[in-house]
Amino acid sequence: MTLAAPPARPASTLAASVRPVAGFLMVLLALVVGWELIKWFAGDPWRYPSFLGTGIAIEHTPPFHLNQASDINLPHVWDVIAAFAAVDAAGHSGFESLVGAALFTLRGALVGFALGAAFGMALAILLVHVRILERALVPLVVASQTIPIVALAPIIVVGLQAGWFGIAIVASYLTFFPVTIAAIRGLRSADPRAIELMRSYAADRRSILKNVRIPAAYPYLFTAFKVSATASIVGAIVGELPSGFREGLGGSILLGMQYYTLSPADLWATVIVAAGLGMVAFLAVVVAERLTLRNQRPVGTLGA
Amino acid sequence: MKAAARGGEVVRLEGVSMVFGAAGSGRQVEALRDIDLAVGRGEFVSLIGPSGCGKSTLLRIVGDLVSPTGGTATVNDKPARQARLDRDYGMVFQAPVLFDWRTVQKNVELPLEITGAPAGQRAAKAQAMLELVELAEFGGHRPWQLSGGMQQRVAIARALALDPAILLMDEPFGALDEMTRERMNLELHRIWGQTGTTVIFVTHSIPEAVFLSTRVVVMSARPGRISTIVPIDLPRDRSVETREMERYFKLVTEVREALRAPDGESPGERVEDLARVQAEGLSA
Amino acid sequence: MTADLLVERGWRQRTSAGAAQQARDIVPPVVAFVALIVLWEVLVRALNLKQFILPGPLAIAAAWQENLPVLVSAATYTLGEILAGLAIGVTAGIVVGAAAARFGAIRGSLLPFAIVANSVPIIAFAPIFNNWFGSDNQFSKAMIAAVLVFFPVMINTLRGLLNVDPAALELLRSYAAPERTVFRSLRVPNSLPFIFTALRVATTLATIGAIVSEYFAAPRGSLGQYIATQSAFLAFERSWAAIVFAAAIGIGLYLFVVALERVVSPWARVQTAGDQ
Repeated sequence: MTLAAPPARPASTLAASVRPVAGFLMVLLALVVGWELIKWFAGDPWRYPSFLGTGIAIEHTPPFHLNQASDINLPHVWDVIAAFAAVDAAGHSGFESLVGAALFTLRGALVGFALGAAFGMALAILLVHVRILERALVPLVVASQTIPIVALAPIIVVGLQAGWFGIAIVASYLTFFPVTIAAIRGLRSADPRAIELMRSYAADRRSILKNVRIPAAYPYLFTAFKVSATASIVGAIVGELPSGFREGLGGSILLGMQYYTLSPADLWATVIVAAGLGMVAFLAVVVAERLTLRNQRPVGTLGA
Repeated sequence: MKAAARGGEVVRLEGVSMVFGAAGSGRQVEALRDIDLAVGRGEFVSLIGPSGCGKSTLLRIVGDLVSPTGGTATVNDKPARQARLDRDYGMVFQAPVLFDWRTVQKNVELPLEITGAPAGQRAAKAQAMLELVELAEFGGHRPWQLSGGMQQRVAIARALALDPAILLMDEPFGALDEMTRERMNLELHRIWGQTGTTVIFVTHSIPEAVFLSTRVVVMSARPGRISTIVPIDLPRDRSVETREMERYFKLVTEVREALRAPDGESPGERVEDLARVQAEGLSA
Repeated sequence: MTADLLVERGWRQRTSAGAAQQARDIVPPVVAFVALIVLWEVLVRALNLKQFILPGPLAIAAAWQENLPVLVSAATYTLGEILAGLAIGVTAGIVVGAAAARFGAIRGSLLPFAIVANSVPIIAFAPIFNNWFGSDNQFSKAMIAAVLVFFPVMINTLRGLLNVDPAALELLRSYAAPERTVFRSLRVPNSLPFIFTALRVATTLATIGAIVSEYFAAPRGSLGQYIATQSAFLAFERSWAAIVFAAAIGIGLYLFVVALERVVSPWARVQTAGDQ
């Protein structure tokens, strides 16, 4: 590990950050175009006297028919967009209600994430310093990651009956394990020579922890955070399913399922918002990582 | 052995220069300037010089892994590119670069697979090469089971598998400790004697260069140039005793002095050169 | 649920662990595990916890035994979905990853998309897949598992094919090896450890995906529905028994992948602590 000065930022950084975004948008665009193409060739007949209000008439009967591409199973992109814009009895647009639901889900997930991460790091610090505990517990923690913890979410949320806090408990559980493992690995990854240097200054354990081990753990921690961010959101949504909550995204999905035949676009809109929430959480971690690690060696794009 | 050039000249470099960095970007670095060098058949030529003098770049130009921005590189009477496509040379890097997923023998067989030799021939040749480097009984081992020195010997065996006219070596013993290094020098010298391959050898170590070579090419940095060529008139067969000969010490001193003050520059200036080249992320 | 992409490769000699070393490795976790189980049981009795959420281990063991036939049949049904999902997702992931490695044009847009798409709660698509493929069959659930598995496998295949030692590339270039040969003799073997890392994650993902998507809608004889119904009846010891079954499936598949890796790519040394 060299203690060299950080390399000068090349001018291409802006381009390097934009390129993945452009790539992402291009694939997204390709997907949307593909979506409508499938409906053009194998969906239900298109009958629009005035397509989207433009005055152009479209009358088209697709040559093939795929059940999955029917208007019920694969609503047109513009119908889904309309579901976002539609205003309900209380005066809220579809978009507003869904964002509200997303925030409800996010709150539980976020609190849980914070708790799980804090507890995970604390445990990791303990285990790193007490070898016998580490040897005993780490294999168990690793093994527990193969248990489908998310499957427990409904049980926990129903049983605890603590409202959105039950969701937070689920999220903290899902965060705790990856963070603990990553933190242990990261704390141990500190360059032994740097630790030796600190010892030669008679630095105490806390100082070594703060100055050497924790910074060494950052890259590992952020990798775990990316996993946990998604896991917390999944846990939150799944936890809401049988819980009777209607305020979160899980509840919205169930509602969408119930009224699917009436309004298929609503379910799609909900699912898209759920997808968006997952991506936002992930990107938030990526941004946090870039900011925290901006003076260390550069990671790969998105570094997942 | 692969047909070496008639006229006894295996490598001829004329006016070779190398400039890194896009023209007009204001950040160009002249790594090599106007290199003229001829290497005869069967010679052992060492390139030695400070970091930033372009010796590794020069080696790669001979091997057509880098294209010079000026001048010509002729290998075996052909342009360097053709020599590479004809597989006229073998290369040994500082790291052994062996494939973990192959046994030692299969690693040596790699070039033969690329040229499409049949299986029986490949195995026989690989065995012969391993015998040459005295690792015959390790054919079935995996690379990670061998020490650093042994891995480099496997790399040398691989480089010789196609009976190349030239062997290009880029600080192959740089990662080894001094004692292993001296042993490897003896090994390499023996192998060179047995195969008669022409060798171009990049190194940082003056004793190594003097011990192994027929000629030592001393280079200077920024821009990379040949500053002196020291002919090594030690006996053809060298051994442990060679390192204790008076002539050996004199030659080592000669090379050291040639390195110390190329073209009248002072050592202080050269240190600055090194730092600047390293800061620009370009190494020789 | 993303893949841990750090694989360590050692040049050191592989020493076989002596008996004393193996004891040091195995005894502490076993002791800790037993201690935890005992502690759990003691707490449940001492605090007289009602069955709410967390029955004692003995109660769960009893429920396991009583309901074994039902559990086994449900687990078998769900296992079919998991295996199908793994087969489809892993195959697709490797094929697309390899294609992206060969054709750089795809790679630039596909990789960022895959990385971000991996953070989407794919589970949310379960109702839609149920509509497309029917909620009363295994295929719709298998497709969720397949999509969950696809992204980490594709990303790791791509990374493994591209992250080769530059010195090795130079070596092959010095032999004027055609790109086909470079792919076959260098990139593919290099990618195996990466792919296995993703496979280890994939087993867990497929298990979770199959079970959780069954929560939305599935035939009664599936593990997910069993868990949901038993929880609704507040028969938590039965739901937990089913969870233990699911965990056993997950661990079994994981160990299978680990064993397969030892056979296929014995040269890669992997740090087991820290696998995501």
